[in-house]
Amino acid sequence: MSVLSEGLFRSQVGRSVLRSEAALRRALRRRLSESLIGAALYLCALVSVLTTAGIVATLASEAWRFFEQVALVEFWTGTQWTPLFANPRFGIWPLLTATLLIAAIAMAVALPLGLLAAIWLAEYAPGRWRAVIKPLLEVLAGIPTVVYGYFALLFVTPLLKQFLPGIIVFNALSAGLVMGFMILPMVASLSEDALLAVPRSLREGAYALGATQLEVVLRVVVPAALSGIVSAFILAFSRAVGETMIVTIAAGNLPNLSLNPLEAMQTMTAYIAQVSMGDVPHGTLEYRTLFAVGTALFVLTLVLNLLSRWLLDRFREVYD
Amino acid sequence: MRAPGGPGMRRRRRAAAVALQALALGAVVVGLGVLVVLLFDVLRDGAGTLTWTFLDSFPSRRWQQAGFKAAIFGSVYLLVLVAVISFPLGVGAAVYLEEYARRSAMTRFVEINIANLAAVPSIVYGLLGLGVFVRTLGLGRSLLAGALTMSLLILPVIITAAREAIRAVPASIREGAYALGASRWQVVRHHVLPMALPGILTGTILALSRAIGETAPLIAIGALTYVAFVPESVFDPFTAMPIQIYNWVSRPQQGFHAIAASGILVLLVVMLGFNALAIVLRARMQRRSQW
Repeated sequence: MSVLSEGLFRSQVGRSVLRSEAALRRALRRRLSESLIGAALYLCALVSVLTTAGIVATLASEAWRFFEQVALVEFWTGTQWTPLFANPRFGIWPLLTATLLIAAIAMAVALPLGLLAAIWLAEYAPGRWRAVIKPLLEVLAGIPTVVYGYFALLFVTPLLKQFLPGIIVFNALSAGLVMGFMILPMVASLSEDALLAVPRSLREGAYALGATQLEVVLRVVVPAALSGIVSAFILAFSRAVGETMIVTIAAGNLPNLSLNPLEAMQTMTAYIAQVSMGDVPHGTLEYRTLFAVGTALFVLTLVLNLLSRWLLDRFREVYD
Repeated sequence: MRAPGGPGMRRRRRAAAVALQALALGAVVVGLGVLVVLLFDVLRDGAGTLTWTFLDSFPSRRWQQAGFKAAIFGSVYLLVLVAVISFPLGVGAAVYLEEYARRSAMTRFVEINIANLAAVPSIVYGLLGLGVFVRTLGLGRSLLAGALTMSLLILPVIITAAREAIRAVPASIREGAYALGASRWQVVRHHVLPMALPGILTGTILALSRAIGETAPLIAIGALTYVAFVPESVFDPFTAMPIQIYNWVSRPQQGFHAIAASGILVLLVVMLGFNALAIVLRARMQRRSQW
């Protein structure tokens, strides 16, 4: 190798070493910013976990202090809820029965109508109509609940009064009926998903045996989709239990242990809304009742949601 | 011998089949009928009092002078803050779950957690806001406390919509970019996010439209019902459209019921605008998505 070519060779090696050093630094910097970005994105995902932790911690800590002052037995067995009286009672039953009664009235509306609407959308609707009707039904779900409250109090209650003269201005029936229409689209949409998941071959098999469309729908498709439909009902019930504004506006704010839907009553959500409106001082027993009732509400809806999900996973028929 | 299912039975079976179809259609008609009656009722009650003075006045003890101004400004400010807070958080979480996270028990836990959060009653989020933002962080009953609470409420919706949009981006796009030496973030930043953006925006707008109508969490954190000023900073107290409507509905005088209906009309028009925007975006996305 000549001196000249050796020099040339050396300088090339030198340059490539230099170049690879710069590349290394660049790669390192890129590596660092990549992992910083990854960490930031991870933190974003963590916010949802922190939200759950925050809900549980907030509810639990205040509820804990509540139960230091009020016996758990009184809370769960008492039949009077009068926390603002001079001689306060803390039995949750009036709030609980009102919540379940109004949710049950809502389900009595939403369950048959929602399932029938789902059957129409999945089995009968011509494609063009389906494309128009489905979004329109979803509008019903998008109406703010305060508007439903207005409708219940100022339209439905006066209407009911013409048929049921004994009804009072604030009553559970009107709130429950309107709530039923609010959750109808949810029942319809989730049930429709379940019906559409049933494979065509099952329907065609039944038709081939001479079944009418009614027989196909009621004896083949609905039974095959049953777990999904029941799961939808439970989720809708949970939604009705957690609804606040309709009951706050239309059902009256009177804790009342009664199953007469023509009377005024107060649900768990309505109690929370009513008391937090009144600017309760922090640290008082009254402030803590909010979180005790909130805990009961959270646990009740969580159990319903988990049950709904479990039903869907456990009993899902997988067709290939 | 008569065959089972003679002409009589066949007729009955056919009649029953028609009856079910009619019943199913009837359920849809009843549902939509209620929607029409509701809208008509609000329009009839509220159209008369929906004037410029109503839009441009502060609340008052007399319904003739009471207006929606503080509520409109409160809702707009709240919405801007909620968008600024929840959009980056939601998209960040979605990108992490779709593009970064390995399938692990932790990822599965985060997913179940998000699904459960979506079904937590909104008033419980209000209690979270009351305990954490209003009391513990000492933000008081401010615009910021309301916006943070509302952001947590709609985050699951945004995350779910963003994940679906990101999942719809074909794998070949990512593989092509990786093959040219792009890093993970470069793939996300230059290819996945731009393609998923219309879908993410549609989901975000729908979530925000839900936030405009939400009342319960704002009541729980103690948003005021009588605010005679436009908030000037994020630490000011505020009111919002649904809160103001609730306040007017719960008064006994008919005049307040009428202006509540006017307020509802404003609220519904704003929500309608948001939904129309989402539909337009979705249509544009469908036109563009021929890759």
